[in-house]
Amino acid sequence: MSVNFAHEIDERRPAGTDQVVLQVEGLKVYYATPTGDVRAVDDVTFQIREGEIVGLVGESGCGKTTTAMAILRLVQSPGRIVDGRILVDDVDIARLNERELRQIRWTKISLIPQGAMNSLNPVMRIKDQIGDAIETHEGRQPRQALKERILSLLSTVGLPSRVYKMYPHELSGGMKQRVCIAMAIALNPTLVIADEPTSALDVVVQRVVGETLLDVKNRLGVSMILIGHDMGLMAQLVDRIAVMYAGHLVELADVYSLFREPLHPYTQLLIDSIPSIKERKPLKLTEGITHDLRNPPPGCIFQLRCPHVTDKCRTVVPPLLEVAPSREVACHLYYDA
Amino acid sequence: MSQPLLQIEKVTKIYGGGFLKRGPVTVALQNLNLTIPQKPAEIITIAGESGSGKTTLANLVLGFITPTSGHIRYLGQDVAQMDKEELKKYRREVQAVFQDPYAVYNPFYRVKHVFDLAIKNFNLARNRREARDQIEEALAVVGMRGEEVLEKYPHQLSGGQRQRIMIARAYLLKPRLIVADEPVSMVDASLRAMILDIMLRLRDEYGISFLYITHDLSTAYQIGDKIYLLYQGTVAERGDTVEVIDHPKHPYVQLLIDSIPVPDPTIRWGSRATTIDDEEMRVSVESGCRFYPRCDQRMDRCLESHPPLYQVGPGEHQAACFLYEDQPLAQVPEDNLAKERIPAAD
Repeated sequence: MSVNFAHEIDERRPAGTDQVVLQVEGLKVYYATPTGDVRAVDDVTFQIREGEIVGLVGESGCGKTTTAMAILRLVQSPGRIVDGRILVDDVDIARLNERELRQIRWTKISLIPQGAMNSLNPVMRIKDQIGDAIETHEGRQPRQALKERILSLLSTVGLPSRVYKMYPHELSGGMKQRVCIAMAIALNPTLVIADEPTSALDVVVQRVVGETLLDVKNRLGVSMILIGHDMGLMAQLVDRIAVMYAGHLVELADVYSLFREPLHPYTQLLIDSIPSIKERKPLKLTEGITHDLRNPPPGCIFQLRCPHVTDKCRTVVPPLLEVAPSREVACHLYYDA
Repeated sequence: MSQPLLQIEKVTKIYGGGFLKRGPVTVALQNLNLTIPQKPAEIITIAGESGSGKTTLANLVLGFITPTSGHIRYLGQDVAQMDKEELKKYRREVQAVFQDPYAVYNPFYRVKHVFDLAIKNFNLARNRREARDQIEEALAVVGMRGEEVLEKYPHQLSGGQRQRIMIARAYLLKPRLIVADEPVSMVDASLRAMILDIMLRLRDEYGISFLYITHDLSTAYQIGDKIYLLYQGTVAERGDTVEVIDHPKHPYVQLLIDSIPVPDPTIRWGSRATTIDDEEMRVSVESGCRFYPRCDQRMDRCLESHPPLYQVGPGEHQAACFLYEDQPLAQVPEDNLAKERIPAAD
C-alpha cells in the first residue's frame, strides 16, 4: 500500500511555537493484578509544544487517562510507572519526591479531571474554591487583589461576575465545567490536561465549553492535552492528534492530515465510525479491544482487528516512525525497507 | 385505523408546587402529544438538551411517575386506569434500556442473574432447560453466547457488552416497545454502531418499536424514523428524522444542528453559541415561547403566547415557531408515512 504525501499542509493554523513544554519518553504504566500486569500504557513517546492543543484519543481502556495521570504522577496503586521519563523544563517528573511534585502540580501542569463538574465542593462558594487553589500554592493573598484575580479568571472563561458568590448547585453543567477551567488556569500553568471536558454535556453547551477552551488557549498561550473519544470535537478543537490503542501510541499527526488521510488502520476505523448528519449509511460495526491486556500478542498490538494484517505484523512490533513531515505512525504498511 | 401502540395525549408534568409548598414549580413537560403506531415498528427519537424533559417523558412512559394532566394510552387503554393484570402485561411489553451500563447491574451477582430474575418474575419458562434456551436466543440477538458471559461478573465486561446484555434482557420479555434512555452515550464512539445496529435489527426483524431518547442527533440521524425535538418541555419541532435534520426550521433546532462538531477540521464552528443562565429557566407555565431569551430571530409576538405547531415541510414536519405563522396549523397528526429505511448491516 502506498500513500501519496504530495499535498502541502496549507491550512494549518498557527499551532504554537517550537518550544517543547512537555516531553514524554518511553512511558510505561502497569497495573498489578493477581494474574499479571496489565500494560495500560506501554512505551509511549510524544512531545507537547508551547501553545498547542493535542488531542489524545482512543476507546475506553486504551490508556489515555492513565497517560495523563502519569504525567501528573497521580497513578494510583495498584498502578505504577514502570519506566520512562516525563520532562518538564528539563526536570523529570517521574523522579521527583512529593514535595517537589507539589511545586509543579497546578503551577506548571494542571488538570481538569473527568466529570470535573462533580468535583466541585458542594458546600463552598465558587470564590472560596478558586481562592483555595491560589492560596494553597501562593500563600495568603490580600483580599482585594484575590477577589480581582478570581473575577478576572471568571471573565476569562466567559462567566458573569455573580458566579463569584454562588454555590455549585446554582450553576448548570456547562457553567460548572467552566469554573473548573478557571481553576485549572488560576496559577498560569504551561500545560493544562483536560480529561473528557465535555462528555455528559449536550451539544450546544459542549460547543460553548469547547470555544472557552480555545479562547483560553489563544489568550494565555497555554498548551493543552485534550483527552476524549469524540472525533468530531477533536476536529473542531485540536492542532495535533495522538491516537492510542491498547496502551500504544499508534499514530500522531496534525489534525488536518489525520482527518484527510488517516494512516493507521485503527485511525481509519475511528474516523469511519463517526456517525454523520450529512448522509445515512449502513453502520460500521467493530468490536472493542479484543486481546487480553495482561498478555498482548507478539508483534503489532492491533493485529487481531486489523484488516491488512500480514505475517510480519504477528511477529515484529511496528515502531512509531515519522513517515512524512509531522506524521508518525506505527504500522508496517508505511515503512519503506 | 387500528389503535396506536402508545398514545401520549396532552401530557403535562409539573414538579414542585404541591399542596403545602408554595415554591416555584418546574414544568418538565407541557401538553405533549406523541403517537407510536402498532405497525410498522419505528424508532422514534426524543432529542433535546439536558432539562428539556426527555427523561421525564421516559419515566412517564415507564410508569415511574404519573402525569399531572393528560393521558398515556397503551393499545387504547389508559395506563393510569389499568388493573394489576393489565399493568403486568404493560410492564412486560414496554421495556427499558438505561444510560449507564455500569449502574444497572448489582456487582455481587453474575450476569446470569439479570436474566433469571426476568424469567422468574414473568414466569417465562417451565424449567431450567427452557429458561436457558430463551436466554441463549436473547443473547444471540445481540451477538453473544451464553457460555461467554453468563457466568461472569459485571465488572468483567466492557460497557458495550453490558449494554448489549441489557438489550438482550429486554428482548427476552418479547416487548413491543423499548424505551432506550441514552443507550449509547456512555459507550465508546467506535462501539456505538453495534448497539445501534441491534436496535435496527430488533425493529426490522422482531417488530419492536423504540423510544430512543438522546441528545446526540447524529446517531438519531443514522437510525431514527421520526424525531421529536424538545425544548424545555415543549415540542420545538418534529417530523421525519432526515427531513428535520436536513432542513431544520425552528431556531433552536438550527442552533442545535449547527453545534454538532463536524469531523472535519476545515469546517469549524461558525458564530458563537449562547446558553441561558439557569435561574430564569422553566418557571413560567404559559408566558410565550420558551426559547425567546436565546433566540436570534425573536419578535415581540413571541412573548404573547406559546407558538403552536405549524406545518413547515413535507410529511408531518412541524415546528412551533411564529416565523412560520403563515403556514397552516398542524392537525392532530396520526398517520404514518412510508419512509425510507436503512437496512441493518450484516
